[in-house]
Amino acid sequence: MSALARTRSVALAVAWRSIHNAFSNKAILLPSLLFPLFFFIAFAGGLSGIRNAPDFDYRSGYTTFQFAFICIQASAFGGVFTGFAIAADFEFGFARRLLLAAPNRAGIVIGYMLSAMVRAVFVLTVVFCAGLVSGMRVDGSLGHLLGLLALALAVSATATLWAAGIAMRLRTMQAGPVMQMPVFIALFLAPVFVPLHLVAGWVHDVARYNPFTALLEAARGFMAGEPTKIGLSAACLAALFALTVLWARGGLRSAERAG
Amino acid sequence: MTALVHSAWPAQVGLLSGRAIKRILRNPAQMIFPIAFPLVLLAVNAAGLDAATRLPGFPTASYLDFALAVPFMQGALFAALNGGQDLARDIEGGFLDRLAMTPIGGAALLAGQLGGALFMGLVSAILYLVVGIAFGAGIASGAGGALVLVLLALAISFAFACFGTFVALRAGTGEAVQGFFPLFFVLLFLSSAFFPRDLIEQEWFRIIATYNPVSYMVEGIRSLVISGWDGQALAQAFAIAAIATVGFLALSARALRTRLVRT
Amino acid sequence: MSEERGIDVQGLVREFKGGVRAVDGIDLHVDAGEIYGFLGPNGAGKSTTVKVLTTLLPPSAGQATVAGHDVAREGAKVRAAIGVALQDVALDPMLTGREHMRLQGGLQGIPRAERGKRGDELLERVGLTDAADRKSKTYSGGMKRRLDLALALLHNPRILFLDEPTTGLDVQSRTALWEEVERLARQEGTTVFLTTQYLEEADVLADRVGIIDRGTIVAEGTPAQLKAQVAKPTVELVPRDSGQCAAAGAALEPFGELISARQAGSIAVRLDSGADQLAAIVRALDQADIAFANLALHEPTLDDVFLAKTGRSLEGAADGPGDGEVPPAPGRSRGEPAVTTS
Repeated sequence: MSALARTRSVALAVAWRSIHNAFSNKAILLPSLLFPLFFFIAFAGGLSGIRNAPDFDYRSGYTTFQFAFICIQASAFGGVFTGFAIAADFEFGFARRLLLAAPNRAGIVIGYMLSAMVRAVFVLTVVFCAGLVSGMRVDGSLGHLLGLLALALAVSATATLWAAGIAMRLRTMQAGPVMQMPVFIALFLAPVFVPLHLVAGWVHDVARYNPFTALLEAARGFMAGEPTKIGLSAACLAALFALTVLWARGGLRSAERAG
Repeated sequence: MTALVHSAWPAQVGLLSGRAIKRILRNPAQMIFPIAFPLVLLAVNAAGLDAATRLPGFPTASYLDFALAVPFMQGALFAALNGGQDLARDIEGGFLDRLAMTPIGGAALLAGQLGGALFMGLVSAILYLVVGIAFGAGIASGAGGALVLVLLALAISFAFACFGTFVALRAGTGEAVQGFFPLFFVLLFLSSAFFPRDLIEQEWFRIIATYNPVSYMVEGIRSLVISGWDGQALAQAFAIAAIATVGFLALSARALRTRLVRT
Repeated sequence: MSEERGIDVQGLVREFKGGVRAVDGIDLHVDAGEIYGFLGPNGAGKSTTVKVLTTLLPPSAGQATVAGHDVAREGAKVRAAIGVALQDVALDPMLTGREHMRLQGGLQGIPRAERGKRGDELLERVGLTDAADRKSKTYSGGMKRRLDLALALLHNPRILFLDEPTTGLDVQSRTALWEEVERLARQEGTTVFLTTQYLEEADVLADRVGIIDRGTIVAEGTPAQLKAQVAKPTVELVPRDSGQCAAAGAALEPFGELISARQAGSIAVRLDSGADQLAAIVRALDQADIAFANLALHEPTLDDVFLAKTGRSLEGAADGPGDGEVPPAPGRSRGEPAVTTS
């Protein structure tokens, strides 16, 4: 087998196990599903009045506005939850089995990443259906929706690599908050509830330079059928992805050194 | 129980509360995140939802003032969670059995346990008040109102802690206590904590928020911050806290009897 | 006096939900100042019995008095008279040893002035003076057990319950705990009710042993009595000249039944009476002019007793001594000396 084929077989094996675990264990699947659903309900339901504020210029409705945020949030958190699973694998020793069995260990990380992406598709489908049931407007075409999906999957992969880098360095489930908190803060320092120009104070200054702002605006553009910030989002994602690849590779080396 | 036990009641409560507080203070790292997180959320929301203050009918010009009530609720919640988990650990580790072997009354046991949660509630309430004022929140009801605010936050902490104690005694595991935490989180988010009830557009959400008792606790605290002395809002908040306290305390007492079927 | 320190149990039953009878009608009696060993495998009902006797669980049926008080009706009086160290050491990880003593003293209603002194004394006695101001979470397993024991002793209980006090301890910690228990019983006259799954512990420490299996007591008595009930000691002889095996067999036959020996070139006999025949055996061999390389006496073990009574071997029996070759046990040794002569 070529090196590439070997990596692929390792990745597929790890992905299969991880997906299998996630879908056969309620305790793993439910949080990653309920979190986004709950935020969707709480934000779209409770805060929709804010769309009447002067200068709120998103035209496809507040549910749609929040759905775009939930897509990004669910994908990012799905990656972080996958990081929890990696940490658990290290804590319970299963990861050592993987490290021993896999000739190409990069395949392990890729496998986890694939599983996170599959889970993201599942969660997004459920949330999308929930949105449609509640009367969410979808002004984007199928092509726009696919664009949104691609964006979400890239976020999922990047977040998984970020969390994996920590999980493989700390190798304990107690590392959970270390993976989650930065993602959480980065997400909420973006225009979550209103368009950027309505965000006040210091958060506005931070949000202007927060890559998640571009991602949110692109996602909202796709849903509204008015694509925007695509080049900037792609560039941000490419840069983040490259950084997290290096970060995860360092983590893998650290795990290998620890045996 | 003997007369001797009753005479020692305050001393026993003091000892057990002291232990609960010591336990909290000796693990400060565990407190930092839960106490700081509501402040982060407050800071982010104050900026992110500031536009809401420009809505016609929004009760205040500063979203920080409007949302300041939320950290108090979260602080109370955390105090209850922490207390419940400590009690569950006592049950799991057998420490409760050790206490049961001493001539201590069930009421003293509960009171000592709740003392720790009350302390946590007090510390976080004062902190949130100070931080809120430092960042420009005004307390419309003045210094006296600030005092009542802390009292109300304590009453709410106590009510939640009674619930946490009940779950811990009933289930006997920290996981079960932890498992109930999201429920309160959901109740908080499905209340009027982030948006005034009369400005909530979605009818189903407004109905949930109207029937959600957490809304009235939040509104009681909020009234002191944004509108001064509002007798009705305060009465409702204190009444709900009192009813929850009595109910969960009764349930806790029963659960304690079941758990400690000592003869 | 003896009632004040004794335990009396008649027909005790404890049934759990679903009809499981963890304790199924046991009778037992523990005298004042006695160390009573309650021996049985995991899940036999030992801990449930202790919980009933210490008033943590009410009995479903039967009668039990501890220190002269009924456990079902006079819980507070029983608790005042007893000290308990339960199987899971019940400590607060964030409190120091000294703080534990102070808290316990307060809850027990010991006057403030005495609390500190009494606590320090006990910490000293269990060897925790140096660690008294460290949080209990930093303690080793043995230190935790010792602190637990000190807490149980704080109010000068007349009766001490120890539920599997040495499970999971290393040999040294176990030895230290045995010595302290022994001292309490011998010097202070404390009655000790101790559960264990270790044969050696019951054998070495207990004056009398009750063997419990599946909720009922299958045997009770002193270790020697119990062993004598089910099995007799055997003597195994290795003649210096292997040609003398037959002659040696003939010389030993009057003392008991010849049985198959464990190793080739040796002779084994199960003695009709006790180990006191050993001298006669040596004389008989001498008369028959048989020189021997080794002569060993194998005492029956409590495991043999358990096996005979239940048809199963006691779990964890591997920890006990295999045969009569008892290693020099701490405190005292109950086994007859493992005579090895040449």
